[in-house]
Amino acid sequence: MSINSEYKPKIVAFCCNWCSYAGADLAGSNRLAYPENVKIIRVPCSCRVNPMFILRAFQRGADGVILCGCHPGDCHYTSGNYYTRRRMALLFSMLEYLGIEKERTRVEWVSAAEGAKFAATMNDFTQTVAALGENKRLEDLRCKR
Amino acid sequence: MQRIGVFVCWCGSNIAGTVDVKAVAEALRSEPGVVFSTDYQYMCSQAGQEIIKEAIKEHKLTGVVVCSCSPRMHEATFRKTAQAAGLNPYMVEIANIREQCSWIHKDMETGTQKAIILGRAAVAKVNLNAPLIPGQTPVTKRALVIGGGIAGIQTALDIAEAGFPVDIVEKKPTIGGKMAQIDKTFPTLDCAACILTPKMVDVAQNENIRIFSYSEVQEVKGFVGNFNVKIKKKARFVKEDVCTGCGICTEKCPQKKVPNEFNLGMDNRRAVYIPFAQAVPKVATIDADYCTMLKTGKCGLCAKVCTAGAIDYTQKDEIIEEQYGAIVAATGFNPISLDKFDEYAYNQSKDVITSLEFERLTNAAGPTAGKLLRPSDGKHPHTIVFVQCVGSRCAACADKGKEYCSKICCMYTAKHAMLTRDKYPDTDVYVFYIDVRTPGKNFDEFYRRAVEEYGVHYIKGMVGKVSPQGDKLMVQASDLLANKQLHIEADLVVLAAAIEPDKSARSIATMLTASMDTNDFFTEAHPKLRPVESPTAGVFLSGTCQGPKDIPETVSQASAAAAKVIGLLAKDKLTSNPCVAHADELMCNGCSSCANVCPYGAISYIDKEFRMPNRTTAIRRVASVNPAVCQGCGACTVACPSGAMDLNGFESAQIIAEVDAICR
Amino acid sequence: MQKITRENLINKAIELLDNGTVSRVLGWKIGEFAYDVTPAVFTTKEDLQKDFIFDDFCNANFSKYLIAETRKAEEKVLVFLKPCDTYSFNQLLTEHRFSREKVYAVGIPCEGMLDIGKIKALAGEGIIDVIPGEGSITVKNLYEEEKTLAYGDVLTERCLSCKSKKHVVYDELMGEEGDVIDSNRFDEVEKIEKMSADERFAFWQSQLSKCIRCNACRDICPACTCEKCVFDNPKSSVNNKAISDSFEEKMFHIIRAFHVAGRCTDCGECSRVCPQGIPLHLLNRKFIKDINSFYGDYQAGQEEGSRAPLINYTFDDLEPGEAVGRGV
Repeated sequence: MSINSEYKPKIVAFCCNWCSYAGADLAGSNRLAYPENVKIIRVPCSCRVNPMFILRAFQRGADGVILCGCHPGDCHYTSGNYYTRRRMALLFSMLEYLGIEKERTRVEWVSAAEGAKFAATMNDFTQTVAALGENKRLEDLRCKR
Repeated sequence: MQRIGVFVCWCGSNIAGTVDVKAVAEALRSEPGVVFSTDYQYMCSQAGQEIIKEAIKEHKLTGVVVCSCSPRMHEATFRKTAQAAGLNPYMVEIANIREQCSWIHKDMETGTQKAIILGRAAVAKVNLNAPLIPGQTPVTKRALVIGGGIAGIQTALDIAEAGFPVDIVEKKPTIGGKMAQIDKTFPTLDCAACILTPKMVDVAQNENIRIFSYSEVQEVKGFVGNFNVKIKKKARFVKEDVCTGCGICTEKCPQKKVPNEFNLGMDNRRAVYIPFAQAVPKVATIDADYCTMLKTGKCGLCAKVCTAGAIDYTQKDEIIEEQYGAIVAATGFNPISLDKFDEYAYNQSKDVITSLEFERLTNAAGPTAGKLLRPSDGKHPHTIVFVQCVGSRCAACADKGKEYCSKICCMYTAKHAMLTRDKYPDTDVYVFYIDVRTPGKNFDEFYRRAVEEYGVHYIKGMVGKVSPQGDKLMVQASDLLANKQLHIEADLVVLAAAIEPDKSARSIATMLTASMDTNDFFTEAHPKLRPVESPTAGVFLSGTCQGPKDIPETVSQASAAAAKVIGLLAKDKLTSNPCVAHADELMCNGCSSCANVCPYGAISYIDKEFRMPNRTTAIRRVASVNPAVCQGCGACTVACPSGAMDLNGFESAQIIAEVDAICR
Repeated sequence: MQKITRENLINKAIELLDNGTVSRVLGWKIGEFAYDVTPAVFTTKEDLQKDFIFDDFCNANFSKYLIAETRKAEEKVLVFLKPCDTYSFNQLLTEHRFSREKVYAVGIPCEGMLDIGKIKALAGEGIIDVIPGEGSITVKNLYEEEKTLAYGDVLTERCLSCKSKKHVVYDELMGEEGDVIDSNRFDEVEKIEKMSADERFAFWQSQLSKCIRCNACRDICPACTCEKCVFDNPKSSVNNKAISDSFEEKMFHIIRAFHVAGRCTDCGECSRVCPQGIPLHLLNRKFIKDINSFYGDYQAGQEEGSRAPLINYTFDDLEPGEAVGRGV
């Protein structure tokens, strides 16, 4: 890992309970390190994640938001991640249209067996966001401490 | 304001090795709502749980945060602990500081800081938690099986054997389905009737089973454990309880020109008929489309000859309403229509037949009494060409065929070829195939026997064209391995038509709010782990309505579905997960977005009167979630434009509070 | 083609009131100035003859008004719908927002409506009358001056990129039916897409920072018909109306656009009513353009009962990662 030691981006990771959260647990069990910048919020399914939550995270100073769910076809609720895929495709495209760096948002499908992928994804995402620097375009200055 | 207790677990050195647990407990003490904070070596141990229980009582805690291992590990444990101390179990949240923190970070400073933030998020969430109470619904201990083929029969028998009443609804006059039409079964070659009809008799004799034959499901309301179903019993103009099945009416009826659907129209039956000798129930049915009496009021011969007095020309359709706890879809399959496959001349020549028609031609109870004779002239065919994958694996011809493999054709064709060569050694048999697929117990051995012992000519390649010339069928085909074109003069061409779900399945799926794939096969709740359950709770899948299957697979799936039904009916009450969606009626627009994304059909709409400004009222359409059906995915909460829909345990405000706590 | 006049509409309304088909009429009412037309409910012949107006400033889309209006009484209400209004009408029916039986919809043709902002920009303030002519209008002001302006220069933005002159729903049609138009309505979106990220950010920053959170865009929007808007609801945690910095506005507009994504009929009312002149339709249109290119052409309101793209899916939709960086 080579993250700029002064600047530590804040990363919010939404993980679905059935696949990605379990994948994160597996990464932990296997002692696969990923940066401490990543903080996970557990949701039942990736389709629970409202675009509002993502914008809220940015508003409150997050530098990157990643959403993890079951692979398409493997959703515990059969179709949740298909809706997620459409919602996020449109949201991310809109953020890009508004001039927000497209690298700050990501959707990754991580199964309960993919602990290594979870850790690798978080490493990569953190590096990518760190390279962009602080999120200045979306944060709400009132929320800064 | 909540009174929250924070309990930081050391997990021995698992957590305490890289997280300063005392510092975490100390830091979280100053979070809003926290009135108590402590740490302990093993929170999940008896002693640890006692600490939690005592603190709940002593500090009158309304919420608990346990900073420990993953909630997937011990959330249930700590919820029980809280419950034992009189706290609602859903007032407990876990901060995962082991898997997500101590195990992946090496540095004490880093681990501690992160653990504090994770704890903070959990505290922020608990501040907004509300007690949740699981709902309980009673279970009607009766099952409905839709479809009376081998799948439905097996499911019904298994459920009935376990002691629960079962109703079978079959749209045809008899149960038995496709298996009753089949001659022999692969790979053992035992006769289908010999193994099926005893099961049909078992069904008829089982006290727990009722058969609604010549009936259709008309309406399904309710939800798991409590379905209310309307069944339409079509008028058969014969009193079922009076008819003895003697068959005299079916011999005397003067209307002889009715295509016999049981023999796929290859011979005729009378207007009053019993589909086949072993039909269950063995009761005559009058075909209203052909009966002279019903059409013109003149005839009445069957009533005259019926000594039992069972004929009743005034019979009307009857609607039966019944309650069920579980419903099994066993709606089965049909070969696809070959109208669009002009290249095989199916509509041009009587001697181009489908494999199912071939079954009837070789069946002793069929139109030719089991002799293999050409439908056109009744002569014995000397050259037979079997064509595989007619409409199966047909990605390029999606307008007329199916993209999927129909799975059973390779094996039944091997059976047909082998049986033909066995009975008529003077017959040349060709099989044209793309691949021969034989995964199954003794399947490949069976196919090898057809090739090696019975001398069936298997040719890799597709038939391009079949053209009738005189009394012959000219078959043009390619042999891909020899790389040459073949011209075969055949007497009979047998097409292995793809199979598709029965046409009635779509409307049944809609009634059941069960989902289907693009091919109209029912979808499973999970393709690997819940293969016999529909995503809709209380609806189960049996047989080919879920995907192409042979008989052994169908029967094992049917029994699996029965086991699931028995497991459900054995319960007196269903306890539902309280983390379900709920709509705020005051905010709901009634727009149906939520119902459209709900994979379980848990959302319905009611018209409700609301008070409006200026002392007026208005009736508005609002969503209502059935907590017994909702599984709590939350898809509806995002689809809802007004935010009226929220999810217990994962409310928007709770998730936003976590976001805020993390980003603080 | 015979032009539909104010008299035609009044006569139609009186006919339907007299024969008992409807008890109320949703129509346009003359305001303080010639260009100042407001929606109104008429119940009598006299009111109609006195106040009803139909001219080049009858911009208002009445579809949304039907939600409140149909709740007021059992009798039908008459509504006049321009082609673009019928799409909103259909979309609201799809979402069960009012009862079709309680409405008598009369489709009326539209040759495009005028933008008073553009007229003022060209002709100055103090306008007292706008007189329509052939391909142009004559503007009179307080100072007894007259100015002639070409229609094309003063049409509203949304009419310049009109998507359809065809009514998708009505009980009765006055005048002749038009066609769906192959407009270039995505050109402006494309222009922004072609900018660099910094330019895009600067563009939207300059536009959205003008927002005063008056909520006019939301209030006029025929897709924003929520009984209670999330932005007014303390429970939603985003009910913040403070205008202390720019993000609040971005958040508001992104969420608003997302809430109507797949349901927006591109009627353009949001931009029309924005007192700050923010081109809000460019946000909605971006979603429409993306939906068309990601999931196939879809026009909300085209067909009653159609399933909006965000409450639908296919197994092989594109991935969110593929949705961004597409040649932008």
